[in-house]
Amino acid sequence: MLSINNLHVSIEDKPILRGLSLELPAGEVHAIMGPNGAGKSTLSYVLTGREGYEVTDGTVTLDGEDLLALEPNERATKGLFLSFQYPLEIPGVPAMHFLRTAMNAQRKARGEPDVGAGEFIKLARETAAALKIDFDMLKRALNVGFSGGEKKRMEIFQMAMLQPRLLILDETDSGLDIDALRIVADGVNAMRSPERSMLVITHYQRLLDYIRPDKVHVLSAGRIVATGGPELALELEREGYEKYERAAA
Amino acid sequence: MTLSAAIRTGDVAQLPGKRDEDWRWTDLRGLIRVLPPPSPEVSGEVGDGPFGPAELTIVNGRLRGDTAALVVPAGETRTVRLRFVSASEATSHGAHLAVELGEGARLTLLESHEGRAADYVADAVLTIGVGKDAALERIVLTNDDPGAVTVSTAIVTLGYGARLSQTVLAGGAKRQRIETRVEHPGHGAQVRLDGAYLLAAQRHADLTSVVTHDGVGGVTDQLAKGVVRDQARGVFQGRIVVAEGADKTDARMGHHALILSDRAEVDAKPELEIYADDVACAHGNTVGALDEDALFYIRQRGVPEPEARALLTEAFVGEVVERIEHEGAREAAAAWVAARLGG
Repeated sequence: MLSINNLHVSIEDKPILRGLSLELPAGEVHAIMGPNGAGKSTLSYVLTGREGYEVTDGTVTLDGEDLLALEPNERATKGLFLSFQYPLEIPGVPAMHFLRTAMNAQRKARGEPDVGAGEFIKLARETAAALKIDFDMLKRALNVGFSGGEKKRMEIFQMAMLQPRLLILDETDSGLDIDALRIVADGVNAMRSPERSMLVITHYQRLLDYIRPDKVHVLSAGRIVATGGPELALELEREGYEKYERAAA
Repeated sequence: MTLSAAIRTGDVAQLPGKRDEDWRWTDLRGLIRVLPPPSPEVSGEVGDGPFGPAELTIVNGRLRGDTAALVVPAGETRTVRLRFVSASEATSHGAHLAVELGEGARLTLLESHEGRAADYVADAVLTIGVGKDAALERIVLTNDDPGAVTVSTAIVTLGYGARLSQTVLAGGAKRQRIETRVEHPGHGAQVRLDGAYLLAAQRHADLTSVVTHDGVGGVTDQLAKGVVRDQARGVFQGRIVVAEGADKTDARMGHHALILSDRAEVDAKPELEIYADDVACAHGNTVGALDEDALFYIRQRGVPEPEARALLTEAFVGEVVERIEHEGAREAAAAWVAARLGG
């Protein structure tokens, strides 16, 4: 599904990713763990096409197609979804209106008809209920005045509504208490399928107790320095990143 | 120095300009060397305005029909559409209308300023009296010609317990100024003074207001928003004066503008002049570009950039539109905004 090969990325001429390679096959969940400053968020932004990140070398393909050549919205239409570490507030745009605009923009780009109002509301109600989101919250401006946990839940809600194929979860557990974490993880796990892949970016192992990865990669100083099974996450939790930071240096 | 006086006398020396502090950003004296000739009487049909068929129509400064003033007797409720139409090219005219609301009366005034010709100079003055416990909601839409010079002034006097709710939507002109002056007596009287200017090309709009709190316990809530692109220029001058003894005044003013091109300009002067001790007054003023982080967020969800920009811009102005109480006016205002944001 996702293939990253020798990716080098700089921000204002400062190299952040230095030769990152990663294969994420369809149906798998991979975790990317690493110390602060390793380039975890840079990876999520460069994959989604945020401005200010210069790719100096390497390739990224989604099902063989050059992902880096596409606009952010085109990447989304291909099924790429980022659950933001810090979801943005969108003043004046009710969550429902926002999501319907996004859904219809994606449908239009794929040559599909708009979602009907009744169908959309029914789907939103069911999805919100599963994530324990009060339906009235969807009538409020997206994320404006929402708590950290509510914002994260809204990300998963949008994800569940848009049904992307490739999910990037950037520090989705930050700001969540244990109950909210469980709800969010259940929402993510419900989306696991043989056609869908996930990249779970996290600093802590905790999230991986709830979202079990097939593989764990350690990102340090802009490269993958180790890859293993879920047990690698436990080792990192026990021993920290120090040995990998030394190895990368 | 007023445009009214200049039109009445034909003397350009009467025009307000740079030397008048309140007119330094909308300099008519420097702009107009010779006033165009007086507008002729036009008796033909002028169609419907943006709010539909009108009860009162003023064409080239002349009020049609035999009404001389708009009076809502005590206790009565009315909705009145008032149109100012400029119908002749390169001519000038002024108009005056008195509006009176008796005690406890309610009026929804749907006012439009429409250009049906090019390069006119138009002045309009409304003197408005809102009686004790009466309520006026005034919505002003402008559709002026890009070559026009227009000034519209409302002078409002409120009684105790009266309410003024105003929303001005300015589309600009070569020079366009919409000024509101309110004598606020406090004593339960409330003022909401909103506005938005949406400007493209080389249009200019100036929203100026002065609210003078003269009595105890008055409320003023002002929200103005602007969107300027191309080489347009927006001006906001809001002054709230709280006179000595006007204690317990609660006054809030907000002006926020989006500048969508390098050559567009916004000049803002929010002023609070407070001579009383026990008051709650606040003002906020921001001028900036669209939030790039928010834009990226919307695009990541699959929305193309132009639509993402339109979504944020429309939402930005939407706050002003949503505060309009009259449902039909709110819809007309939303349509007016959508047409100007290319939605």
